[in-house]
Amino acid sequence: MQHGKYRFIVGFLAVPLGLYALFVVWPFIQSIYYSFTDWTGLSPEFKMVGFDNYKRMLHDDIFWKSLQHSLLFALVLPIVTISLALFFAFMINVGGRRRRGGPAITGVRGSSFYKIVYFFPQVLSIAIVALLFQFAYNPDSGAINSFLRGIGLGHVQPLWLGDPSLALWCVMAVLVWSTTGFFVVLFSAGMASIPGELYEAALIDGASRATTFFRITLPLLWDTVQSGWVYMGILALGAESFAVVQIMTTGPGGPDYSTTVLVLYVYQKAFRDGQAAYATTIGVALLVVTLAFAAIVMRLGRRERLEF
Amino acid sequence: MGSTAHHDREGVGRRELIRRSAALGLVAVPGMSLLSACASSGGDGQSKAKAGKKTAKNPLGVNDTAKMEFVLFDGGFGKEYAQDAVKIYQKDFPKAQVKFSATQKIQSTLQPRFNQGNPPDLIDNSGAEQMDMGVLVGKNQLADLTPLLDAPSYDDPGKKVRDTLRPGIVEMGQFDGKPVWIMYYAYTVYGVWYSQKALDSLDAEYPKTWDEMLQVCAKAKKKGMAGWTYAGKYPYYIPFSLYPMIGKVGGVEVLNAIDNLEPNAWKHPAVKACFEAYYELFKKGYILKGTPGLDHIQSQTAWAKGEALFIPNGSWVENESANVIPKDFDLAVSAPSGIDDNDKMPFGTIWASGGEPFIVPSKAANPEGGMEQLRIMLSEASSKNFTSKVKSLSAYNGGTDGIELTPGLKSGVAALKLAGSNVVNPRLQDWYVQLEKEKIGVGALGEMMAGRLTPAEAIKKIQGYADEAAKDTTIKHYKHQ
Repeated sequence: MQHGKYRFIVGFLAVPLGLYALFVVWPFIQSIYYSFTDWTGLSPEFKMVGFDNYKRMLHDDIFWKSLQHSLLFALVLPIVTISLALFFAFMINVGGRRRRGGPAITGVRGSSFYKIVYFFPQVLSIAIVALLFQFAYNPDSGAINSFLRGIGLGHVQPLWLGDPSLALWCVMAVLVWSTTGFFVVLFSAGMASIPGELYEAALIDGASRATTFFRITLPLLWDTVQSGWVYMGILALGAESFAVVQIMTTGPGGPDYSTTVLVLYVYQKAFRDGQAAYATTIGVALLVVTLAFAAIVMRLGRRERLEF
Repeated sequence: MGSTAHHDREGVGRRELIRRSAALGLVAVPGMSLLSACASSGGDGQSKAKAGKKTAKNPLGVNDTAKMEFVLFDGGFGKEYAQDAVKIYQKDFPKAQVKFSATQKIQSTLQPRFNQGNPPDLIDNSGAEQMDMGVLVGKNQLADLTPLLDAPSYDDPGKKVRDTLRPGIVEMGQFDGKPVWIMYYAYTVYGVWYSQKALDSLDAEYPKTWDEMLQVCAKAKKKGMAGWTYAGKYPYYIPFSLYPMIGKVGGVEVLNAIDNLEPNAWKHPAVKACFEAYYELFKKGYILKGTPGLDHIQSQTAWAKGEALFIPNGSWVENESANVIPKDFDLAVSAPSGIDDNDKMPFGTIWASGGEPFIVPSKAANPEGGMEQLRIMLSEASSKNFTSKVKSLSAYNGGTDGIELTPGLKSGVAALKLAGSNVVNPRLQDWYVQLEKEKIGVGALGEMMAGRLTPAEAIKKIQGYADEAAKDTTIKHYKHQ
């Protein structure tokens, strides 16, 4: 049957791959082509300019700043989100104490309620989340500063999005808030498929929660964590980070370039400044960063697979 | 349970295949598919309609059977005023087919059509999705509107359209040299907006010098009211009162030098004096707390609630914040306060300029039709209709008699009258959008007003940005004529 196998696979994959080539691969090739032109995006005329756009990019301070922020997003967001999600998922599924008459392995009290609550943000579109937080961060009448005043901290009234040293973290916090729930659910599903006997055995051996987590849960969940990591990194480099920065921040991208990210810069160059060719050049840089990120995560994450 | 990855030695495992393709797909998403839609499948454009015969009633020679397409930005002004004008066009040319549409997504709808060479005949290129005018002009995408300006006006055949417009309108439509590419239809008054009632309650008049300004702010502070607030998240609202102040203090040449990106233009003493004056508002605590974190709506709301006395803004604020401005607010606008009596220009020097830029694409099928539609809109009747419907002045000079004006509008008309010919028109915001908004606005002015830069540092930073823009060969440069 070996010889027919590939024909079989190709038969199924021809249409999706064709669509993929047309709507994903071809635009990529086109974009790379445009990055060597001086196309404005507002007229059909353009000419080839060689590597001019790339030379310009290397000397563009805003590009480097955007790149720095994007890399920070891709590094910090997955770590924070996935750690939080793993912790929550563990507590929901495994972390509880045994209750009289119940199963040996169980989540903390009220875990089914938490599971739903964590998932709530996922139901809201990112644009709405960003708007909501924009109101919360309002230094004058927003929820956070009102809360601080309410508990007697009237002298601590940060500007949040208006403060260059806080703005980027404010934006990241929103992304963490809105994405953690999804990973809690994802990891919960993964944990549900880990056989209970393993935990029971660990319990009998007297393992603490932390030991159980690091010796049993995490290794058996590694595949899911790894996919989650890639997904989260791409989210942090791509559309979601664009949405929150564009909607929430000063400028957008400010104050003083403290929150600008690569996708935002692509958008501004293409659609505000009429420099579509330069925008595609930055897009190519973003592509390289994204590919590198995925490659690094895949390589670092390579482990002996466990069978169970 | 099986294994997490079943190694199929006979070829590519099913799981592995799915996993790999999924990873590839994920990688692809954020990449660059953004721009892919705008492929340059540029054709040769559309065939032009034959021009009609020029007559007294039809001075532009519109082909009375040709189709005319008009795309309007559906923003704060709505679309009724334009629909009314379209009706007049249809009455004048009953045989012509008119296609009118209104959208907020000007650029997403029209950019592909420019790329394909079949744009509509008249466009209101406005709003958040405005297409960059400099690029459109630079790439010869716009028609010169001089024939329209030299045509007799709709109301009076003895008067050219050019002579019926408010000061600055024609100049604003020029980029370099004679041709006029843009017809601004609305007329915006920029300045310091306040509640006359609140000012009266402080026993104060609008301050003419900066010492008086500081006194008024001190009085307000005693009553628990901040002197100023502004759109902290969009600090490029600050220039609405700061630039005309610079013009008043140092003369219009200073503003022109700034617009022309001349070396050391920002180092002029007038600029320094005005920056220091504004910085003093911060230092003395006259700026509403938290302002740097407010967006335009939030700051306008705080101001309308009486938390702050003054706000730099444009005449659209009356419409935009209509639902939060109290009935007895008595909205008023004033030209900016100066420094003292040694200022180069008199009090009343104000920034007023065109808004709602209308363009006729050079590749339009029926450019005469587009211009004729504009000629109709610039008639007294259409202008009055516009003003009474949307609470804004139009480019037509006059057109306010016999209609009831709202408080803000009335005050705007009075401010223009006081200004007389002392109307300044800084151009950075339409010539160099990135420089004005992102660099000068957010990067320097916002930082200074939040107290994170001193005036000297802000000026140095801005001069650096301006020098960079002057050297940047990828953007087109303009000069005041």
